[in-house]
Amino acid sequence: MAFNYDNYLRLEKMPTLWCWGCGDGVILKAFIRAVDKLGWSKDDVCVVSGIGCSGRFSSYVDFNTIHTTHGRTVAFATGVKLANPDKHVICVGGDGDALAIGGNHTIHGCRRNIDINFIVINNFIYGLTNSQTSPTTPQGMWTVSQKAGNIDPTFDACELAIAAGATFVAREKVTEPRKLEKVFIEGFKHRGFSFFDILSNCHINLGRKNKMQSAMENLNWIDAITAPKKKYDEMTPDEQLNLFPTGILKQDTEAREYCDMYEDIKAAQQGKRGLVTQDDFKKKI
Amino acid sequence: MAEKYDLQEREVWDGNFAASQALRQAQVDVVAAYPITPSTPIVENYGSYVANGYIDGEFVMVESEHGAMSGCVGASAAGGRVATATSSQGFALMTEVLYQASGMRLPIVLTVVNRALASPLNVRGDHSDMYLGRDSGWIQLDCFNAQEAYDMTLCAFKIGENHDVRLPVMVHQDGFITSHTAQNVYPLKDEVAYGFVGDFKPVDDMLDFSRPVTYGAQTEEDWHFEHKARQHKALMDSRSIIDDVFAQFKEISGREYKRVETYMMEDAEVAIVALGTTVETCIVAARELRKEEGIKAGIVAPRCFRPFPFDKIRDALGNVKAIACLDRSSPGGAMGALFNEVSAAIYTTNARPLVTNFIYGLGGRDFSIAEAKRIFKEQKAHADAGKITTDIQQFSGLRGPHLGFFQTKRS
Repeated sequence: MAFNYDNYLRLEKMPTLWCWGCGDGVILKAFIRAVDKLGWSKDDVCVVSGIGCSGRFSSYVDFNTIHTTHGRTVAFATGVKLANPDKHVICVGGDGDALAIGGNHTIHGCRRNIDINFIVINNFIYGLTNSQTSPTTPQGMWTVSQKAGNIDPTFDACELAIAAGATFVAREKVTEPRKLEKVFIEGFKHRGFSFFDILSNCHINLGRKNKMQSAMENLNWIDAITAPKKKYDEMTPDEQLNLFPTGILKQDTEAREYCDMYEDIKAAQQGKRGLVTQDDFKKKI
Repeated sequence: MAEKYDLQEREVWDGNFAASQALRQAQVDVVAAYPITPSTPIVENYGSYVANGYIDGEFVMVESEHGAMSGCVGASAAGGRVATATSSQGFALMTEVLYQASGMRLPIVLTVVNRALASPLNVRGDHSDMYLGRDSGWIQLDCFNAQEAYDMTLCAFKIGENHDVRLPVMVHQDGFITSHTAQNVYPLKDEVAYGFVGDFKPVDDMLDFSRPVTYGAQTEEDWHFEHKARQHKALMDSRSIIDDVFAQFKEISGREYKRVETYMMEDAEVAIVALGTTVETCIVAARELRKEEGIKAGIVAPRCFRPFPFDKIRDALGNVKAIACLDRSSPGGAMGALFNEVSAAIYTTNARPLVTNFIYGLGGRDFSIAEAKRIFKEQKAHADAGKITTDIQQFSGLRGPHLGFFQTKRS
């Protein structure tokens, strides 16, 4: 029997505002299936979203939800998680949200390794405001803010998250909904900061002037710029140059999670243990 | 040298396009910006003018509005003519740097397309962002339509860059109602517009390496007060320069602007004080009321919200019996800003009109001619009764039960 999403959606908000053929719906559905498979109660999940097309996420799902300001999802979510360490916190942002205006919060969320799941819907453009250059827009592409061609170098979101200290980092794409569901399940189960770089299409605002006017053309391009991590690792640097590896790129189960460490501080303040010192940490510098 | 841009004598432009054409004609050197609805097209158009060779300038796409205004501060301190645009949340995020820009006396032009502030999230127009900026030390000019968005943006450069002013200037237009509504606009010829604005003449620019300068020095209790006092004085003194710039603009365009615009005030018995597109709605309402019911209604509209035209406001309202001040921003536990400032100005004269406050149109709630008429008629009832018979502050156009606060204690 087909999966019934109705129990997880605010049906009065349907249809979504997303354009026809948009990948955001695929991500929304994979996310719901992952939560369902994990058997989480809806009341135990909090979805925090920012501004942009991805920001609509929190309006559509029937969990505890907060629609916050542009780029500040991880900051809001950090407060939610610290106050409710037993709840599951899922942030949703776009490439502009997570890597431009909110880049600072993203790297510090990763650094703290707080148990937040951050789904970054990366469509390589500011879609909602109609095609301005984002931090992931490939160089040489057309945008309305750089009509003569984008010269700004791009972020590799996963490399950034890994370097910043996230302990679960994965990349997937909307053309593989089953894999998407799988990485969500793995990441949601992981205790620590889980970062998902989900490549999605925006044929309306990225594709229109970059020879990808249809959803299929945009999706084919996403397929053409990705390779599974195993295959990618076997390639020469030349072959890797224009590819993003997909799958789980990092998983560290040793690193301590921030809320757990915070319990130590609370215990120290209450006199139940000594102060937190360098002896509590394996890595000292 | 920039490419020639063909303009008709009369163009059909929305407010955003009008503002961006003024940026083109002023040949702005640097625009650093971040997209936000509804002001995005202003900077987007600037970007395309640069790409198409109509402007010899730089468009910098930054990572946030905080970065946008910071980029503008840097470029202006370096000696360039600088402008950007924003709205609402973007304006809120810029706020920290707005104070830097005015404190460093940098003549940046910020075209603000007014929009409500979250939460709840709302992209429609009200004046919350404009009011948020009112203590930031910027000159704030207010537009009621697309023509004025064009005219005021040109004037903004000439006012802010005047060496006796050296202050940043905001040009406000209403989100969507002005910014996205195509209207007739009569542009100036490129050479006339540029001739009016003139070449940018920097003061203490950082690229003058023979004369190094510091921007943003620290002062504590020793000198901070004096700096802020001088800044305030510069704002107050800019009034005469604004008048002068408006007079020069009339010479080249035939269009006359004043720091306080008045409509049908010569014989008015009752008046509305308002900002933005509401002014034009009230003008239509007043005309109809005069014809239909003989109510002598007039409108007073601050063109210049900062420096607040204290002097001109009391002159304009000296002879009316009842005044409604309309604020399109949630006052957060106080009377609306226009009510407070207008009342204060009038209180320094012998006149004692009956002044009430209406909070209206938040988050883009429509303000109709019928609503304006109802407010005028209520003022007429107050004038006839010789006292305020309603709450002093009322919410107009609100769903559900009446919301109002405070009754008069005047007998």
